[in-house]
Amino acid sequence: MALVYVEVDGSELSDVSLEALTVGRGLDGPLEAVVVGSVPDAGVAQLREFGVATVRVAQAAFLDRYAAAGYAAAVVSALSSSGATVLVGPGSPRSTEVLAHVAARLDTAMAANVVEVQPVGVGSPVTVVRQVMGGSVRETMRVDGPVAVLVVAGHAVEAVPAASAGAGDVVTFAPEVSAADLRATMTRVQAAEGADTSRLAKARVVVGAGRGAGSPDGFGPCIELAGLLGGVLGVSRAVTAAGWRPHHEQVGQTGTKISPELYVPCGISGAIQHWAGCSSAQTILAVNTDDEAPMVTRARYAVIGDMHEVVPAVIEALRARS
Amino acid sequence: MAEVLVCVKRVPQATTEPVITADGLGIDATMTGSTMSPHEECAVELATQIADATQGSATVLTLGGAESVDQLRDALSVGVTAAVHIEADPAAFGPADVARAIAEVVRAKAATGAPYDVVLLGNDAADTGDFQVGVRVAYALDWPVVAGCSTVAVDGSVASCVADGPEGTGVFEVALPVVATVLEGGVEPRYPSLMGRMKAKKVAIETVVPGFTPAGSGRVGLALPPPIPNEVEILGQGASAAPAVVAVLKELGVVR
Repeated sequence: MALVYVEVDGSELSDVSLEALTVGRGLDGPLEAVVVGSVPDAGVAQLREFGVATVRVAQAAFLDRYAAAGYAAAVVSALSSSGATVLVGPGSPRSTEVLAHVAARLDTAMAANVVEVQPVGVGSPVTVVRQVMGGSVRETMRVDGPVAVLVVAGHAVEAVPAASAGAGDVVTFAPEVSAADLRATMTRVQAAEGADTSRLAKARVVVGAGRGAGSPDGFGPCIELAGLLGGVLGVSRAVTAAGWRPHHEQVGQTGTKISPELYVPCGISGAIQHWAGCSSAQTILAVNTDDEAPMVTRARYAVIGDMHEVVPAVIEALRARS
Repeated sequence: MAEVLVCVKRVPQATTEPVITADGLGIDATMTGSTMSPHEECAVELATQIADATQGSATVLTLGGAESVDQLRDALSVGVTAAVHIEADPAAFGPADVARAIAEVVRAKAATGAPYDVVLLGNDAADTGDFQVGVRVAYALDWPVVAGCSTVAVDGSVASCVADGPEGTGVFEVALPVVATVLEGGVEPRYPSLMGRMKAKKVAIETVVPGFTPAGSGRVGLALPPPIPNEVEILGQGASAAPAVVAVLKELGVVR
């Protein structure tokens, strides 16, 4: 059976948690979930909708401030209570960190960026397919150890509710931790002015700009277009490496992974590094001078032309409508 | 005076479509070349900054074949002053094995009476994306670990690690020794100077071999994902395509 580590985002579960629940439900046996902190009523309803039989909620004063090892201690406690042999987590940085701690504590293998769990016989190691090389290669991996720890790649799996709802019985427990587990506890949160990547990660529309912007002064039209579309600016690594824009705007393998309804990459060729961060966009409308650029051939729509001509024209056309 | 160990990995360049080796188990970097993972370039920069700020020293470590010495020399050319090469076949080592081998080096250094205070690694390798070596190193040593750091600074016996999370930008003040994994973006890696490159060539590299048989990574095989079908609809050329773009935006519900 599987235990799924889920995360709360506001009043509901995070999108990637629902994806992890979908993967966990595909494994044998009843589905359980573990939450560290509290889970809102709407979150419990979602857990039932996704087929969870038991929701284990870790609550303790020490969990008020984030400490990965403390969170992991709570998850290990839930694992022990549930008897699960597979632990599944969502594709978020924090989930990945917590599950790495769990794997280290249990001296068991962990697979990150999982996109598929292959069916296996009873007693056989879990085998998964996962993304490597920034998503440009798939690795089939055997996950050896007493508990298979799997982190699902974000937005690579569709979140699908269960055919029949689970009981969703909530069991609250107080995990025990050692002083050593709290050595790396978050001391404080400092102002995140100008470095908030959450807007980019959650944006419904992202207008991208790459090397084609030409200079630090070449981003104005893309920022204006993003504003008109209710979106935000995202840039390629070439742009941040040149120092033209700050790193928190970077989309890519070593930047933010986005999953907007619409992505409009302008002057971005679509190198592997960038594609790793934008491949989950529902629709891509590319603007590029090269009709054979990977971003163009992978897009749903494209305009062949210089972003400095196309983007202002689109802005003008949009303004003319209003 | 902080003693910093920064761990780097030789990975294939990711500028073109990867080529899988004939045995289906590796990436052929013959044509693309190899480099250091981007997060690790920033970890090297932070190691140098910590060493400079505390009048300490920074040592770079890698696990790999003879060719991975290139990445050690790269780090030596930008301010790191010593290097350890764990000579081993990287394909035989899974993330838990790599962590164990790094921990062996850290323990050996402690036994000399001049222990490392800080171990830095990239948050995840650009090729295997395991996201766990740093955490496993910390558990092997019974040290605290902070993951996903944009910056790490040392003041006396405390490391101040800054890492983004759902709460915002978090500060973790942790007593040394500490492991920290680094994300690209917090610092700008410096370019090597000609003098730095010349100096790097002369540094004697300490070579060690792991004292155990690796368990492996569990890799069964590699494959390229199914190609993305080319379904692109060209809306037009240049500025004249603007009306067609607006029509698509309307169709998608992005504008009314």
